[in-house]
Amino acid sequence: MSEPLLRVRDLSVTFPVRGREGWPWARPRPLRAVRDVSFDLAAGESLGIVGESGSGKTTLARALIGTVPAAAGEARWQGEDLLRMPPAARHRHRRDIQMVFQDPLAALDPRMTAGEIIAEPLLVHEPRLARREVRARVAQMMERVGLLPNQVNRYPHEFSGGQCQRINIARALVVRPRLVVCDEPVSALDVSVQAQVINLLGDLGRDLGLALIFIAHDLAVVKHICDRILVFYLGRAMELGAARDVVREPRHPYTRALVAAAPIPDPAIERGRRTAVLEGDLPSPLAPPSGCVFRTRCPIARPSCAAAIPPMQDFGGGHLAACPHTGQAGHGEAPG
Amino acid sequence: MTLLFGRRMFREPLPPGTGDAPAGRSLWHDARARFVRNRAAVASLVVLLLVTLFALFGDFVAAWSNEEIDWSMLGSVAENGAPSLANGHWFGVDELGRDLFARTVQGTRISLMVGIVGALISVVVGTLYGATAGYFGGRLDGVMMRVVDVLMAIPYMFVLILFMVVFGRSILMLFIGIGLVSWLDMARIARGQTLNIKHREFVEAAVAIGVRPRRIILRHIVPNLLGVVIVYATLLVPSMIIYESFISFLGLGVQEPDTSWGALINDGASQMQYGTLWQLLFPLFFFVVTLFSLFFLGDGLRDALDPNDR
Repeated sequence: MSEPLLRVRDLSVTFPVRGREGWPWARPRPLRAVRDVSFDLAAGESLGIVGESGSGKTTLARALIGTVPAAAGEARWQGEDLLRMPPAARHRHRRDIQMVFQDPLAALDPRMTAGEIIAEPLLVHEPRLARREVRARVAQMMERVGLLPNQVNRYPHEFSGGQCQRINIARALVVRPRLVVCDEPVSALDVSVQAQVINLLGDLGRDLGLALIFIAHDLAVVKHICDRILVFYLGRAMELGAARDVVREPRHPYTRALVAAAPIPDPAIERGRRTAVLEGDLPSPLAPPSGCVFRTRCPIARPSCAAAIPPMQDFGGGHLAACPHTGQAGHGEAPG
Repeated sequence: MTLLFGRRMFREPLPPGTGDAPAGRSLWHDARARFVRNRAAVASLVVLLLVTLFALFGDFVAAWSNEEIDWSMLGSVAENGAPSLANGHWFGVDELGRDLFARTVQGTRISLMVGIVGALISVVVGTLYGATAGYFGGRLDGVMMRVVDVLMAIPYMFVLILFMVVFGRSILMLFIGIGLVSWLDMARIARGQTLNIKHREFVEAAVAIGVRPRRIILRHIVPNLLGVVIVYATLLVPSMIIYESFISFLGLGVQEPDTSWGALINDGASQMQYGTLWQLLFPLFFFVVTLFSLFFLGDGLRDALDPNDR
């Protein structure tokens, strides 16, 4: 197997958290936002990352683009570890990995025009580019993402949410990156605009040969444009596999619950089916359950689940799930 | 500074075929519209412009120069020195027989200069210092802000008076003294705002893109700070003027033959008992009117630029 574009191994991100009544000298408690996550990403491939709010998806994305320090593990970009790189080398690689943020308006500087925002990565990474060339590239990119080039002098607050997200996408793509990390790029948008933006990202990814990491809390969104899906729960990977396999034959009970929770766009079926709704809330990442982190809400949990962290098990075809009891005890396939 | 203001990239015409790119409505545009609706603030701005014009061109209008002594007045200032259109002393004469109109022009010039220089130093030094400390945070922030704390703890009035005594009184010393203290508050304010801004997503986006810290501070943080900084600067100008006036009132500020509002008011106040009230009232009028206008202007600017209003 050839070297993947990005190879992430046992990546962990830890934040020190001080209790509210803590003394200044009290030792901060570690909040393990992301723990021991591993995956590979080939050039041009798209990986969806799915999980509830607070499961550490965004933190993983931030660790990959380098705005949050990783505590352990490695992220090899074409063989070079991004996490332990000297700053100058890391700076060169920033060009290859760009990010699209969740809140489209907040991610744009309110004092800059659309054109200045989109031009910024170009000015940073290709400082010798002639101004005329910069303007041409910006105009070309704006057209590519469905903005009118004559909107260059408008300010972010004059655009709609969907248009702002298009500006974000244009800014990410203008330096021709190899990988774009999209952090819930549509969850802040109207439903009617979501589909447009998702299709735009899918098309761009295909046309430009981009690798995509697409973060969402909605399986339906992810399965639409992703080749593979990584299911995330409380900072840990629960299941990883081809999108079709994960959605059709979920192996992990958490994935099954996610699949079951997704509404089916047919009222007849939707009304008739019994949805297994997941009970309870996400446990605190400050005090995660021992063993399998999902066991507190798992329908098939048993005492042994508390003992050890279940390893990723291969179910064939690169379909991995971290549950040793799945498929046993007559627990049938979830509907959907 | 070119980083801050050199952003004309998209103002030139676009390549043919793409049509005209209409200019967007920046947040500054919106702020200007809100400011213009505030009558008191606009009126204050007009008053300030008039005072500035008075300071700049008053000399050309004055019938007397500020050095000339009207010998005919000497010894009879209380009787003949009152304001009069006939003899050209529109504001009367001071106790030495000099034309008070010309003296007021001269004082206005120096007082405004003190205010503006103080505010400029605080805007440039304070903003950059505070933004740098706030953006980098951690130990650098700790050290930089402790320096500010230490400088603030020094009773600056005392130090300035000492300065004046040791190095001799001069306008330069006055500017140095004011420059030393004026940026401290601004640095604190800028740092606080920066802490706010640096956690906004567009700053993180800039970091992710690979923008260097210097550029992030100058292009992303400072422009977003500027609203608060401008408001505070307009409120700082009067406090600088008061500060200078107080020192001059004590007799330690500007030196004869130079003068300032504070010095003129001091002279006027000391002559009050002889019935030459105009010597006090004319400089005082300019002083009060200017300070009021600056306060109203600051108010109007704050309403116009208030970030909560966006």
